[in-house]
Parts: sequence; C-alpha cells; structure tokens
Amino acid sequence: MEKFAPVKRSEDGQPVRYLIVDDSVFARKNLARMVETFGGQVVGEAGDGISAISEYERLTPDIVLMDITMPQMEGIEAAEKIVRDHPSARIVMVSSVGYQENIVAALQRGARHFVQKPVKPEVLYEVIKYVMRDDGTAAHGAGAGA
Amino acid sequence: MRMDLIQPFINSADAVLAQGLGSPVSIENLSMEEEAYRRKGIAAEVYLTGEIEGRIIFDVDLGAALELASRLAGVEVSETDEELVREAVCELANQIIGNAVTTLNDQGFHFHVRPPTLHTSEKGSKSSEDTEALVMCFNTSSGNVFMNVALRYHRRQAAETAAAAG
Repeated sequence: MEKFAPVKRSEDGQPVRYLIVDDSVFARKNLARMVETFGGQVVGEAGDGISAISEYERLTPDIVLMDITMPQMEGIEAAEKIVRDHPSARIVMVSSVGYQENIVAALQRGARHFVQKPVKPEVLYEVIKYVMRDDGTAAHGAGAGA
Repeated sequence: MRMDLIQPFINSADAVLAQGLGSPVSIENLSMEEEAYRRKGIAAEVYLTGEIEGRIIFDVDLGAALELASRLAGVEVSETDEELVREAVCELANQIIGNAVTTLNDQGFHFHVRPPTLHTSEKGSKSSEDTEALVMCFNTSSGNVFMNVALRYHRRQAAETAAAAG
C-alpha cells in the first residue's frame, strides 16, 4: 500500500481517531488498513447505524467513516442523528451506491463528504485532509502516494 | 433483455474486479441461459425491485474468491476461512451492484436493491420468458467469476413513478 504523510490533529499533534461503520467486516478491515497508512488510529468499529450512534457517544472520534446500506438503521439516518446531537461531528459517507439523490440526501443531513466504493486510498486521503482542514495537519514533504 | 440495463453491470464488474484483484480481467464468454442456474463456486445473490426487477448472481471460483478475500483483508486467507471467503464474495457483489445502480439511477431508472445474500443451493430457479438470464464469464488471473443477470424493465412501474413525480 502507498505511503502517505500522516494527518494529525492540529490541536495536539495526535493521530486522527476514526470510527468505522460498515456491515461488511471486509470493508471495515480495508478502511482500517487505509486510515492506518494515513497515520490514523481506529478507535472503534460498528456494523449498523444503531451501534454507530452508541459508539460515537462512547468514543467521540474525530472522523466517522459510514456506510449507507446497513441492517437495522441505514447510514444516512445514523449520520443525521449523530449530527443533530453533535453538530461538529465529521462524518464521511463511504458507499458503493453513489447516485446523485443519495449524495445530496447524505450531505443535507449533515455528512461532510462522500466517497464511492471501491475506495481508492489516494481519494480517501484527500477527503480526510479536506474534512480535517479546520483541525488537522498533514506532515510536510510527502503528499498522497509520495 | 435490454442491453442498456445490463451494460452498467458489465462495466462495473470489469472495473471492480480489476481493482479488487489488482490485475486486468477479460470477458471470456457471454450467453443466454434457459436452464436453471447451477452454482460453480462461492455465490452471492442480489435482488432488485422497482422499475427494474430481477436478480443477479455472482459466482466466484474458489481460487479467485481466495485471492479476493486475501487482498481485501490484507492477509493470506485460506480455504478453511470459509466465513471470510463468503463475506468477501458478498462485499464484491455489493460493490459491483452499487456502482451499476449508481449509473442506472443517474440515467433515470428508479429501483431498490436488497443487500447481497449467499446463494447456497446447487441449483437456482429457471429463468422465465420475461426474465431471461444473461450469463457472463469474467476471466481473471486467479480463476473465473460468473455473473448471471435476470432482469426485466417494469414499464407500468416506471409510468406510475413518472406520474407521481409530475
């Protein structure tokens, strides 16, 4: 896997903390490996929207990577509930279903960005940097794929 | 069967398989199937409802399934990790269908997709006159991936959707 300059929290220089939400264990593993190459730390995982909400409350991660189609509660509804209680929550939707209506619905309900599966590491890296722009910093001297 | 409904699935399978396996794939065979589907490897099935209705089966040779699972997991996956291999095939189906659905939805087709489920029986249902099955074989460096598509376009459902919209 490619090397990326680590993205750190600007406030304390600590690794960005991630909550990964997807009903597929493979998708979670794959995303976890990617964010670790960005210097991030996976603090929790969830397999559905309801668990995502409780894990967010418990862990208050810096970023949530959230699938859309999941059992019990879908990702867009879970994102809306999290953002309602935590307006500063940074939620990035990660789904194979990326048609216009879906993306608009996710952004209207509080998601910060959308990444389509299969996820390309360099795309996710740029999105993470963008979403963390008000609170994150990437080490100088190496960009995506460097 | 309308090829404009099928083409997004072919394009999506081609792109997702190539990325998932890290090597190019080619379509080796394309045929209409009249007999009931016979499973060849590890298979996942996805149902669509709405303006486009039917089902798609992804059937992956064990070798290709192991390679996909290993690449997705980032560790060597063996035949004994049955659950992981099945999960990998379902995730593959999810990604292929999701990408095709995105294209079709942006073209104006409206339908729902149910999450993939494992297709465990040796034989599937026979395709009917209005839902013929098109079978594609994708040749990969690790084995074959079969995609069996049986879809039909619901003209009435589409008219109702259009009337409700406007």
